[in-house]
Amino acid sequence: MNLIFNIAWTHVRTRARQTLIAGFGVATGVGFSIMMASLMEGSQDDFVKTLVNVLPHVTVSDERNKPTLQPAEVRYAAAEIHGLTPEVRRRGIKNPMASIAALEAWVPGKLTPSVTSKGLLRYAGRDVAVSITGIDPRTEGKVSNLETQMRQGELSALYRATNAIILGDRLADKLAAKVGANVTISGSRNVRINGTVVGTFHSGVRQVDDGAAYVLIKTGQILEGQTGLVNEFRVRLTDPMVARSVAARIAAETGYKSVSWEEAQEDLLSAFQVRNIIMFTVVGAILLVASFGTYNIISTITHEKSRDIAIMKSLGLNERTVRRIFVIEAMAIGLAGAVVGSVLGYFMCIGLGTIEIKTPFVDATRLPLKYTINHYVIAAGVALFSSVVAGYFPARKAARVHPVEIIRGAT
Amino acid sequence: MSQPLIEARNVTRVLPGLVPVTLVQSVNLEIRAREFVAITGPSGSGKSSLLYLLGLLDLPTEGDVLIGGQSTTTMSEDERAKVRLSNLGFVFQFHFLLPEFSLTENVALPMRALGALSEDEIRQRAEGLLDSLGLADHRHKRPDQISGGQRQRVAVARALANEPPVLLADEPTGSLDSKSSAQVFDLLRSLVDERGKTVVAVTHDLGLAARMDRRVQIVDGRIVADEKTATAPA
Repeated sequence: MNLIFNIAWTHVRTRARQTLIAGFGVATGVGFSIMMASLMEGSQDDFVKTLVNVLPHVTVSDERNKPTLQPAEVRYAAAEIHGLTPEVRRRGIKNPMASIAALEAWVPGKLTPSVTSKGLLRYAGRDVAVSITGIDPRTEGKVSNLETQMRQGELSALYRATNAIILGDRLADKLAAKVGANVTISGSRNVRINGTVVGTFHSGVRQVDDGAAYVLIKTGQILEGQTGLVNEFRVRLTDPMVARSVAARIAAETGYKSVSWEEAQEDLLSAFQVRNIIMFTVVGAILLVASFGTYNIISTITHEKSRDIAIMKSLGLNERTVRRIFVIEAMAIGLAGAVVGSVLGYFMCIGLGTIEIKTPFVDATRLPLKYTINHYVIAAGVALFSSVVAGYFPARKAARVHPVEIIRGAT
Repeated sequence: MSQPLIEARNVTRVLPGLVPVTLVQSVNLEIRAREFVAITGPSGSGKSSLLYLLGLLDLPTEGDVLIGGQSTTTMSEDERAKVRLSNLGFVFQFHFLLPEFSLTENVALPMRALGALSEDEIRQRAEGLLDSLGLADHRHKRPDQISGGQRQRVAVARALANEPPVLLADEPTGSLDSKSSAQVFDLLRSLVDERGKTVVAVTHDLGLAARMDRRVQIVDGRIVADEKTATAPA
């Protein structure tokens, strides 16, 4: 074994330049793979984090999972009467405070009740349709980031004016409404009230900044024309990744529709899967191309060394020994490339992290990068493996050389 | 009489191809201990091919080669490699030393491949071999730093590394000037006379062949003469 390493090392050492180029090929591949993976996963995490920050992890609403049954359907199994409008059900979650108390007992996170309604804001002759959420400023901060997203004013300002309202910053721009402006709020039940803008917020999600407004629960209830109404609970979990199972359990226990953020954003999350497939394809291609460099150098060495191989075989070294020499050389190139590439990748990530950019989707001033040992282990592992495979084929061919053919040719 | 070290039994070697070429035709040959055999013949007569067959570098198309009484044609490639490693030493027309390694490392190579000795013992033995062939000053030089005659002596040292009973030489003096070639010949001679080795050398130099103990003459792949020379011990 010692002998094999000795010969392999000598071959690699005496071809320093070629070996360096092949090793650098692998290193570049590994480096860029790491950088790509870091950037892709970093931006994905960043996006998910923004989503998770903006959206409630679980939303429980007063919609029932099943449509209301006709009285006749309740009574008779096979009866169906056409043309009947379903029975109007009183809106809202029944006994909301008791439900919250029951859920708080086991849900790993915080809950806040709210009233959601659709409405129209009118100011200075401009109308904008908005979704209005009635919130409890005391618990809202535990469930959403609204408090930290405030650009002007603060959440508690909702208490300071009659029918106080907080607007998304883009919405405020659209209405040209500044803090202190008196806007008219029209609810969906023909209720019209005058409100005062007491603040603006910026969430970073355009849809929200464009068309969302917050009021007190009480104001929301007035807009919906129903005292004591609570038609939504929003839940923030300590671990957003358990949202799916928590949502399922809430639905099972309360019978109300309960949606996790993952379900609500299914289309986005599946887009990430496509993105990941693209990423792995590109990264795989980079590493594959790098392994061709290894194939090349090992082919060259075995070609140049065909006479030495013939000699070693004529002296009595067997095929396996000769093959191992060249596989070890390939492994050395792959290993050096993987190590150098990991360092290169790390520094490229750091370099990339200093670049400032703005994207239309996320307010990132710096490129989001994820640092995880997995990227390094995978990229280095794949590079090493492909180098060994790339070295194996020329090595096998070289080891099969018939010594007599070479010796005859030389004499 | 003792068992022959190498025995060729009706050995034929045909190179396959569109027009098959017969290199060696029905050769029977016995090589015994302490013999100094010259295989001679004109160019292309098949003398080198016969040597490769005797040295297990090539496989006969027909017939069998026995080493120490053991048939080798049924052996696997690895087993034949093992026999070459421990029982046979090769010297070629060109020295065929590995250019990146020092002389000591070159001589040590077969011993390390066999793996019977420790690294220290191998180094000592390799240096001892070089010293005994008058190359003590060159131990750490590389093959391209010494003369052709010296290189050929290193090749002999390498062939002797695993103490094989037989040394096979293919035109060992073919690329040397007359002075170096005389030195190498004297070395081979001393191996037979003083160390009790058996040497089989292919040569087209009839003067050289006449100074060996036995001469086997090949023409067109057949043995046409096998005789003791005048210098042979009685």
